[in-house]
Formats: sequence, structure tokens, C-alpha cells
Amino acid sequence: MWCIIESKSRDQFQEELVIRPLHSGDIYASFQFRTLWDTDFLQERQKVSHYRLFPKSLGQVLSKFSVRELHISFTQGFWRTMQWGQPFIPSPPGAELWVWFHDTVSDVDGNWKELTNVLSGIFCASLNFIDLTNTVQPSASFKPLGLGNATDHRFLRYATLPREIVCTENLTPWKKLLPCGSKAGLSVLLKSEKLFHSSFHSQAVHIRPVCQDEQCTSKAWELRQTLNVVFDLYTSGQGKKEWSLFKMFSRTLTEACPLATSSKVYVDITDNPELFELSPATPLLSQAVVLGDRRTYSVFDLTRAEMFGQLRSLNLLLRDMLRPLLHAERYVAGFGLQTGEIHTVIYNNHPYRAFPVLLMDSVPWYLQLYIHTLTVTSKSRDNKPSYIHYQPAKDRHRPHLLEMLIQLPPHSMTEVTVQFERALLKWTEYTPDPNHGFYVGSSVVSALVPSMVAMNTNFTQDQPLFSSFVPVKEESSYFVRVYTEPLLVNLPTPDFSMPYNVICLTCTVVAVGYGSFYNLLTRTFQVDEPSLPLAKRLANLIRRIRGVPLLA
Amino acid sequence: MAAPLTLLLIVAVTIRAVLFRSSLAELIVERVEVVSPLNAWKRVVEGLALLDLGVSPYSGDVFHETPLMIYLFHFMVDYAEIVFMIADGITAVALYLSIQTYNKNVFRKQKYALESDRYPADCLELLRSPKEMFYIPLKVAMFYLLNPFTILSCVAKSTCGLNNAIIALFILCTLKGSALLSGILLALATYQSIYPLTLFAPALLFFLQRLYIPVNLRRSSFWFFTLQYAFIYVGSLVVITGLSFFLLGSWDFIPSVYGFIFSVPDLTPNIGLFWYFFAEMFEHFRLFFICVFQINVFFYTIPLSIKLKEHPVFLIFMQIANNLEDRPYPTVGDVALYMAFLPAWSHLYRFLRNIFLVSCVLLACSALFPVLWHLWIYAGSANSNFYYAITLLFNFGQILLVSDYFYAYLRREHHLTHGLYLKKKDGTEATLVLK
Repeated sequence: MWCIIESKSRDQFQEELVIRPLHSGDIYASFQFRTLWDTDFLQERQKVSHYRLFPKSLGQVLSKFSVRELHISFTQGFWRTMQWGQPFIPSPPGAELWVWFHDTVSDVDGNWKELTNVLSGIFCASLNFIDLTNTVQPSASFKPLGLGNATDHRFLRYATLPREIVCTENLTPWKKLLPCGSKAGLSVLLKSEKLFHSSFHSQAVHIRPVCQDEQCTSKAWELRQTLNVVFDLYTSGQGKKEWSLFKMFSRTLTEACPLATSSKVYVDITDNPELFELSPATPLLSQAVVLGDRRTYSVFDLTRAEMFGQLRSLNLLLRDMLRPLLHAERYVAGFGLQTGEIHTVIYNNHPYRAFPVLLMDSVPWYLQLYIHTLTVTSKSRDNKPSYIHYQPAKDRHRPHLLEMLIQLPPHSMTEVTVQFERALLKWTEYTPDPNHGFYVGSSVVSALVPSMVAMNTNFTQDQPLFSSFVPVKEESSYFVRVYTEPLLVNLPTPDFSMPYNVICLTCTVVAVGYGSFYNLLTRTFQVDEPSLPLAKRLANLIRRIRGVPLLA
Repeated sequence: MAAPLTLLLIVAVTIRAVLFRSSLAELIVERVEVVSPLNAWKRVVEGLALLDLGVSPYSGDVFHETPLMIYLFHFMVDYAEIVFMIADGITAVALYLSIQTYNKNVFRKQKYALESDRYPADCLELLRSPKEMFYIPLKVAMFYLLNPFTILSCVAKSTCGLNNAIIALFILCTLKGSALLSGILLALATYQSIYPLTLFAPALLFFLQRLYIPVNLRRSSFWFFTLQYAFIYVGSLVVITGLSFFLLGSWDFIPSVYGFIFSVPDLTPNIGLFWYFFAEMFEHFRLFFICVFQINVFFYTIPLSIKLKEHPVFLIFMQIANNLEDRPYPTVGDVALYMAFLPAWSHLYRFLRNIFLVSCVLLACSALFPVLWHLWIYAGSANSNFYYAITLLFNFGQILLVSDYFYAYLRREHHLTHGLYLKKKDGTEATLVLK
């Protein structure tokens, strides 16, 4: 009978993730893993030996050192309250440890010292630097968060190590304490590569005794492992207010932890329901009052298999709703200084209307465009422009002009590519900083975009200036001109220090050619007779005067 | 000899076909050593595309081919690979037949000279035998078809191959003695790129020699024939230019093609000397140096014709070779044309002085061109000076090659008139120098 009682599981595990988009464009994710265990560590008679969901290392720590409450946190970064609001679980930078010991403990300091050493082994942190020089016993600030009415602050110890750095070696043992490890459930998202590339990262373990029910007839131990992380808009988000589980954690959710009774993801949608959209949409909503504010959350219950769809993966997407209807980008592709490709990408974000746009490109003459390589593709299919006006460039006289009328399909991306070759210019035609590159002016996209709202075609005198710049000709569409980015293109450069040397060397080679041909053309072959030495020549001279035969 | 030639043609076509189908074809089409702004295939396609768009191909500065080329490729653009392979084949066969004719002429003249005892006694070993001359035409065709430069030029579909075919046909017609065809083909070659104009003098000299008209400025027969030939040449040139005018309806092609060749506005790097020279030129000297460099091309014609008036075929070779070094936009296809002639002068081997050096220089330069181009343009670790140095070396090697063959030819002629083993006044062995 004793075995049967013991075999009934008295522990349960819940996991939860809250995602809150912050006002500054960053995103805050808070994981909480809670294990509730109906047992009593502090009982002298029965030593707890059968651990199931509760980690054994922590259980042994609790019983050996007679710990009533344990709170330890490791934080990298500082929580910016003015920009991000209040966190769910606050923590200071570095490591923080505060412990309430049981009032049966006689030597609290001794227990504290051994406890810090054991914890530093469990979490691979240098908590052994905690000693009497940085430990305090706060009298009022850190009252117990769990059950217990003890107020004798001699049993409380508090220490922080602000210098402690958090890294993967601290995350790995923390993950090992979870029942599912990092293999299933929400903990698959905890990849250190992405977690530590964030503005704020905090992992904590909170152990306290709690009531099991409202009347508090029996006690249970609660272990909460929390991980708070704030991803920065620019570092992790690449400047775009578009977040997804994959972008934040480089993983998606595949299943709930089989050992969990509840596994939920909450996404905070209170703030701006029109400003961002959440996909996949879920009808489950819940409201909660937290930190003095009533907030609405979309709930994803991971224990339901239909959450994961056919691909067995759940990737939540939060997208900024600000989508202009017409948008264009341009970039240069290719490598090396010989050729390249100009890509112009035009986005039509209207959900169901297609409309034509006029694209104008003016490319300087030193980037020679090849119009036979012009391709226009929409949705990976060829989209032939209905009107093309092309005026090729004349070297050093006029640039290229390319104008095209392209029909943009609804909700699509159209890509226009054209290849070019880079010319070598005369050395005086380069700017003083030639390796900065040469600028190519923006492309201009002009279009009549269909309007959601009827426009006013009447002209009134007291119209504000900002709405009267472009004359409105029809009600159903408005004129828009979109400019793309200018391009910066590098050209091959000659060596600017070499004009004199080049002229000399080239003329030398030409002169060698000229010289050898001159020799061969103007001279004839003759037998090489050695010339007489000087003495004999002088003697010959005298002999000639005398009229006597010459020497040989 | 038809069978080995056919076999050679089959092998050459196979190599080119294999390369056309491989991935190397896209790489080779872009290489600056093989294509130039004048004869790149990409620009031909661009010109045709501009024509389709309704814009004149000569309104921009991309297309520099003649209107007849547009006309030809308008119909043949889908079969371009076959066109270039056929052009190479025509060139090889034309060179084969012309060298065969030339060898027959040489042997006949040698026989007459032997019979009239014009050679000194000790230079009999310098005379050429039919056995030695038998395989020369095949070797010439082989040197052209299997030359890596020619293969690269064909795979890159550079119109230089077509120009070479026209020049080879011109040489064939000249050597066969047909003045009319020779004049027409020379006009066509000049129309394509101006420099074959210098081949007018050697062709004229050849015909004069063939018709036994002495080259004497005071004789009326000389002027009569010269005027006839010049009339054929200039007439065909005018007709071809007029045809081009009617094809596109404007004279735009003249500044675009010929103005471009003469004024060298495009400084794209190639294997010649012009591009870097004019990239680094001071602006106020530009016109002067352009005139100097262009005169340099045409300038050797008169002295060479005077010196080599008895040997017009060698003169043709010298002219082609000379033109190449001093052109504004040379490519390796042009180099391949005169290199094809080298087996015809294989009997000069004993008098060549620098042949080892020259072959090493040319091999090394051919290997270094792509390396240094890659380092400059793609890796960014070298700069334009490296590539320029190799062009200097390559052109220097070519000058050395051509002048070496010239020296050997002149020396052999000297030995044939004065004897091989020359002695000084005191009876010891003499050395020949140019004085």
C-alpha cells in the first residue's frame, strides 16, 4: 500500500511563454517553468529519494542546508524601465542570491558558505566569491515570497555579484534542471546563440513553499525557473518591426513537453491591435491584470495538436501593420569590377488591386547597360512591360534613359534586373576619392495608386498645404512618386601616380619595335671586317700622305 | 592531302562543339583578352536588341559593328555557333590552299634559279625540297585550327573570326591570281576594320610580279595595272559602304565604327598598349598621341614594301603582324592569324636568334593575363599596373618574334646571293652584321 501511495505522482509541471512587443520596437519574451511537488524536504524522518520532475540536485541542496526559500538569478544587461516598462520577474545585472533558512539551523553563516559553493558547482558560476564581505541580512526588504511567517532576519542572507558574466556555461546546467531538458516543449527555443545576442537576458531559479489550495491544508514545494529576454530591434531584428519565433530563437515549436500538464504561449495584444497583426490567428483570448494593468493576451495551447498544423511546427509571426501600398528598393548585385547587375524591386501591397507603374532609370554613361539582359519578373513569372522607351548613352555626352510601364499584380513583388559593364575612365575623370565609388541616381517610380478612401477633387481655398501639393484629378486614385536608394558603384581605377611612367614605358616598347624594324629596313648584311688598331690607322694616314702603299 | 585536312577539320569542330556546350563558354565570352568593344558577341546581341526596340544601334556607344554584320546576324543569330565554326573552317581551308599555291610558286622559282645557276655553290643546303614542303600547308591549317587562341576566339563568338576568314579568303584569291575577287575581298576586309588597308600594297606587288610587270614608277604598264586594281578596290569599297547606308538609312555607322577605331574613346583593358596609355594621358596631348599611334600602324607599309618588293607573300605576313601590335583593340584572335603562317617559314629556323626567349615570353604572358586580371578586378589585391606590365611584355614578345623572322628571312636571302659560308679577307670564318 505504501508503494501504491508513493507511485501516484504528486508533482506536476507547467510551462509558459509570454511575448510582449514593446513600444520601442523591441520584443520581450518571458519563459516560466513551474514544478509543484507535494512533499516535505524538511522532514527529518523520511528522506526524499524518489525524484521525478523535481531536479535531484536542487532537492538535495534544500534538504541538506535546510533552506526554506531560494532565489538565484543571473542577468546580463540592465532592464530599461523607461523604454520597456516593468518586467514580470525583476533582477539586477550580474548574479543575485537570497536565501531564507529554516529556523532550526544553528550555524547560518556556515550553511550559507557551503550553500554558495554547492550552487556555484550546480550552475557553473563563480558564486564562491560570495563570502561575508558581500553578504547582508536585510531587515525589511526581502520578506519571504512563499509560505512562512518567520520574520527573524537572522535567517536571511542576501548577496549580489554585479561582476558576474552570464554565458552558455550557465545556461546549459540551468536547462538541464528542466524536466524535458531542452528536447521538447518551450525549452527547445532556448538556444544560447540567439539568447545571448540580445539587449537583456536573465535566468533565475525561485524555490519556495506554497499552499496547494485555498484553505492551505497541505503544503507543496514550488520550483520556478524563469528566463526573461529582450531582443533588440536593430541587433536581432535587422531594423524591421517584424518578429517571429524563428527570428527570435532560430527555432520553432514542434510539440509540448509530454510531462507538462499545461503548455501555453501568451502574446500581449493589448496595446495596438491595428498596428500589428499576429499569425496564426487564434480565437482564444484571455485577460489578466498584471502589474496594475489589465491586458489582453492571445493564447496558444500547445497541448492541442492542431496548433502545429501539417508541418508539425508553430511559428508565431508579429508583423507591423504599417504597409504602404507602393514601395521600391534598388541594389547592385554581382562581384568584381568588370560587370554587375542592377536590381530594382517594386512591392505592390494592395491585397486585391493591380495597377501600372512607370519606372524611370537614369544610369550614367560609364556603366554600360545591356538592354537585351533586361528581365522583369513578378511572382517568379515573366512580366513584359507594355511600353519601353530606351535611349542609350553616348560616352561623355549623355547618360542612359530607360522608362518602362509595368503592370504590378496585387500583393506581389516585381523585380527588374539589367546587367551592366563598368568602364575604365581617363585618369582625370575620376573624383579625388575614386575608391569611394560613383553614385547612380535614384530610380523614380510614378504611379496612380488606388485609394481606399474617395478623394476630394474640388479645389478649396482653405485646404491645408500638405494635401494640396499634387492636384487630384480623380476620386479613386492618388498620384505617388517613390524614389529608390541611390547606388554606389566601384569602377576599376588606373594607378594615378603613373602617367609619366606609362608614357615612357609604352613609348619604349613602340620604340623597340620601331628601332628593330628601322635596322632591318635600312641596313644590309655585311661581313664583319675588324677595324685596324689606332696605331696602324695613324701609320696609314701618314703613308697616304707619303704616297706609299697602306698597311693591311 | 584532302583526308588529313578533313580529319583536322573534324577534330577542330569537335573541340569547339564540346567547349560550346560546356560551362566554360560563359566564362570565355566575358574575357577581355578574347573580346574587345569592336568584336564582342554581347554587343552584337545588344545591337540586335536595340534594333528590335526601334532604336538605332549606333545611337549609343555600345555597338561598333558594321551594318552588314547586323544584316548577317539578323538571320543567323540562332545559329551563331555554327557560323563561327564555319568561319574558322573557311579560314583554315583558305590558308591551306594559299600556302599550297605559294609553295608551288616558290619551288618553281627555285627550280628556274637553280637551272640558271644563280645560287652560289655552298648554299645548296638552304634550298627547299618538296619533301620538306609537303606537310607545310597541313601544318599551317593545324596551327590555325588547333591554336588555343583561335579556339578561345571561336568559343567566345568574337567577330574577329569572321574578319580572319575574309582576310584568309583575300590571301587565297590573291595567290590564285584573281585580281577582281582579291580587290572585292580586300574592300570587305577594310570595311570591317580599317587596318587591312595596308594589305593593298603587298597584293599589288604580288600581281605585278605575277604578270611580270616591273615595279618602275616611270613605266606606264605599272600605273595601268595599279589604277585598275585601285579602281576595283575603291569601287567595291564604295559599293559596300553605299549598301550599308541603304540598309539602315543613315550614315550613323561611319562615326560609330570608323570614328571609334580612330579616336579610341573606349578604354576597356585588352592585350594592346593603347588603353592604359590613353587612360593616363594628359588631356592636351591626347590628339597628338592618337595621331602618332595611328600613323605608327600605317607607317611601315612603304618601307616594308620597298625592302620586300620581291617577296610579296612575306610582306603580307609582315603587314598583318605589324598591324596587330599597334592596333587600338587587339584580341588573341588577331594574333592567331599571323601565328598560323609561322610553319610556312619553318625553313628559317636556323637563322632565328630569339625563338626560345620569345616562345617563353608569349607562353608566360598568356598564362599570366587571366591571373593578373583576376587579381585586379576580382581579388582587389593587385592593381592595373600588373595587367599593364603583362601587356607590355606580350607586345614586346610579339615585336621580337616578328623582327626575328624578318631578320632570318633577310639573312637567308643574303646567303642565297652571297653564299652560306662567308670568309673574311684573311680567310677566317666571318660573322654577318647589319651595317
